[in-house]
Amino acid sequence: MSNFFEKSDLSRNDAESIISDTLKKCDDGELYLENSKSESILLDDNKIKNSSYSSDLGFGFRAVSDEIVAYSHSNEISKNSLKQSSENLKSTLKSAKGIYNHEIPKSNKKYYENINPIEQKTLNEKIEILNKVNSYLRTKDSNVKQVTANFLGEQKSIEIIRSGGETLTDVRPLVRFNVTVMLEKNGRKETAVYGIGGRESYDSYLRQNNWKNVCDEALRIASVNLESKPAPAGEMKVVLGPGWPAILIHEAVGHGLEGDFNRKKTSAFHNLMGQKVASEGVTIIDDGTINNRRGSLTIDDEGTPTEKTVLIENGILKNFMQDRLNARLMKTRSTGSGRRENYRHIVLPRMRNTMMLNGNNTQEEMIKSVDKGIFAVSFGGGQVDITSGKFVFNCTEAYEIINGKIGSPIKGATLIGDGPSILKEVSMVGNDIMLDPGIGTCGKAGQGVPVGVAQPSILINKMTVGGTKL
Amino acid sequence: MIKDQEYLSGKASYCLDLAKKLGATDSSVIVGNSISETVNFRNQKLDESNRSDNLAINLTTYIGKKKSSISSSNLLKENLDTLIEKCIETTKNTPEDEFNSLPDKDLLAKEVKDLDLYDDTHIKNEAKIEYLTKLETSASNEKKIVNTESSFTQDKSNFILANSDGFSKGYKSSSFTASSVTVAKDDKSMERDYEYTSKCHLKDIKDAEELGKLAAEQTIRKLSPKKIGSEKISLIFDKRIAKGILSTFAGAISSSSISRGTSFLKDKINQKIFSDKINILDKPDILKGLGSRSFDSEGVKTNTLKLVEQGVLKHYLIDTYNGKKLNQKSNGRCGGTSNLYFENGNISHKDLLNSKSKCLYITETIGHGSNIVTGDYSVGATGFLIENGEFKHPINEITIAGNFKDMFQNIILADDLEFEYATNSPTMMIEGMVVAGK
Repeated sequence: MSNFFEKSDLSRNDAESIISDTLKKCDDGELYLENSKSESILLDDNKIKNSSYSSDLGFGFRAVSDEIVAYSHSNEISKNSLKQSSENLKSTLKSAKGIYNHEIPKSNKKYYENINPIEQKTLNEKIEILNKVNSYLRTKDSNVKQVTANFLGEQKSIEIIRSGGETLTDVRPLVRFNVTVMLEKNGRKETAVYGIGGRESYDSYLRQNNWKNVCDEALRIASVNLESKPAPAGEMKVVLGPGWPAILIHEAVGHGLEGDFNRKKTSAFHNLMGQKVASEGVTIIDDGTINNRRGSLTIDDEGTPTEKTVLIENGILKNFMQDRLNARLMKTRSTGSGRRENYRHIVLPRMRNTMMLNGNNTQEEMIKSVDKGIFAVSFGGGQVDITSGKFVFNCTEAYEIINGKIGSPIKGATLIGDGPSILKEVSMVGNDIMLDPGIGTCGKAGQGVPVGVAQPSILINKMTVGGTKL
Repeated sequence: MIKDQEYLSGKASYCLDLAKKLGATDSSVIVGNSISETVNFRNQKLDESNRSDNLAINLTTYIGKKKSSISSSNLLKENLDTLIEKCIETTKNTPEDEFNSLPDKDLLAKEVKDLDLYDDTHIKNEAKIEYLTKLETSASNEKKIVNTESSFTQDKSNFILANSDGFSKGYKSSSFTASSVTVAKDDKSMERDYEYTSKCHLKDIKDAEELGKLAAEQTIRKLSPKKIGSEKISLIFDKRIAKGILSTFAGAISSSSISRGTSFLKDKINQKIFSDKINILDKPDILKGLGSRSFDSEGVKTNTLKLVEQGVLKHYLIDTYNGKKLNQKSNGRCGGTSNLYFENGNISHKDLLNSKSKCLYITETIGHGSNIVTGDYSVGATGFLIENGEFKHPINEITIAGNFKDMFQNIILADDLEFEYATNSPTMMIEGMVVAGK
């Protein structure tokens, strides 16, 4: 645990009195302190290209009055600096007449251990694995022309001090191991990426030479793509595989169910609460409480314990994801979804681990039922326009389906759909739910936060596939 | 107030000296400070004010051909000492790479050119509020506009780049940015669009009322879009989308993509990759240019490069490390391009629109569908159907796809280039792309 006041001329008592004085006529607000340490070790082009370490320290001071947020942050934890921030906040909220809301629910549950993953493995051990990855892949397949592999590790300690001195803390480990491979055959090049990670030590993910499985999966996807033919263009049926393809759920409906867009009525879902927005049998939750998952949090960045929030239950819209500000203005409670990338950013309602739950169908049934369509197994990034509801994502492994059978692999193509209507087009939900391997980062308003997704296989009646073959 | 040159260079030399004392044979450091003040409006009312003060240090140490780096926002001496020790320790344990080195001394910039990149004006929050009030009043004029979100940001920054070969230079820069995102609604649809302006000098930014009016107009004209059928068709890319295609080109000619063999433009130097009417320049010394600089992020002086001349690729974007791998000298492009642009074509915007009986005008794309390894391109898009030069109706929920190798050969540029961003393009037509819709 970091002691933020140890080497500062600012004592905890000083800080508490500045906080209470600044927030006395505000509805909400806090001082958020953060100390993060991170490392990146990168092998690329047969060499260790980069070994870097970063340490970041700072605070963000927030005052909220009605709908208005005033924010000020700095790297310098000192009396002067906090006072200056306080002046900035006060000058914005001159006419504040709120009543500070002291209610923060409490919980003793923790969803990850207090560890520093960077220190748990030496640099030499990490370099050794990266070198093994490189030679394993290059030996295994002579078409391998480029290998990139990296370790990313982080420990983030936070402390939240609220008006009146209430203090909440969390220490969050996060690791990620990624392998990218490029193959070249007969002048044609294809790449593929695979990775794993979460809020545990590197060794929890790498034990029993698990790094080989990561390499094999990257190699398998790239090899499939070497044989791919141009993707079709137009509307057709789409079967999605389990696991990571749930980023479709994240883009198509997840963002549209975040509290801020609905309070501002800029989400296509804002007037659909309690209504049918998905086929029967479709249940979607956002869960911050799964042990050691990338998107899990013990408390959110406002100090609220996270929870399992039901968003859509059997097709009916039940809840939005809320931080404290949007919850207060929409007269509901925070769902523990208030997150920020770091102390430089304000809190926004965000997703954690977004999941579609199991149904009764099998993947085999789905594929059999399709005359002409595609089977999408893996995706790169996605994006959504929450106002029009249109969303896209890019296939990185997909196959055509002809007359109920899986055919040739097809080239990477963008799929586009309409968020509010896509879930009504889901005609089968599989019984094979799978979590993603722990690699997702979600971007919103310039802030990236780690997230997870999960889903079973699903059949979507129609989506537009953005290929080149008419 | 942002930290002055003296403070930053003090920190920089402290790091270089300590690194040397602890055993570094070479080292380089960047110390930077930026202060940014933002006011956000929503529906004509104050929504957020945000002040951010960022101080950061990035140090790279070399021991022979071994290299490692650290970064931190905590500049207290005690923390720096620990980090620099850690950096040296890591450097010792990192394997050698024969291409690791500081830039050649004779390539380093000898001077900081006066490019007029800093405006000392401090615009108070009251003045930002006044600007945003005018902007949002103008944006909300039309009944169909149901939500407006606008912001005004003043950024000031200063930095020093120094290395153990005696280089130590830096300069201040500023930017003033205003933007407006509006949402319009009718009984069939809800749409969003935006307009923004960003300049080094406050007096050069767009008029508030004009900005609001543009954002609103662009949003309202997107209402009640239709989905169209799948077909092969010519596309016209609005300037704000066309510049993205130019950025993808820049990514594909970066020396790291080339040396790693992961670019579809590898081995294409001196080959014709665009039609012979196309010229692409990267000009670092434009006065008040948003991408202007005196040297790159390694201190190497930057001169204007004609990257593409009559369709022929003439240069990659080369830094020191990848230059050594490719057996070429750095051309001062560590960190990418400066002010990158297509030279004007010779057809007016209006004539370009009229040149086909039917085409699509693309105003927004979504998704990450540019693959620089294969050159494949597939993204979601919104825009308008154009028939005989007339805007017929808005379209959405389509994708557009092709391969850059073919797309580059089929680019036709209008003559309406403006320097609004760091990367700029005139309006662009690309013939024969595949649209997927119904």
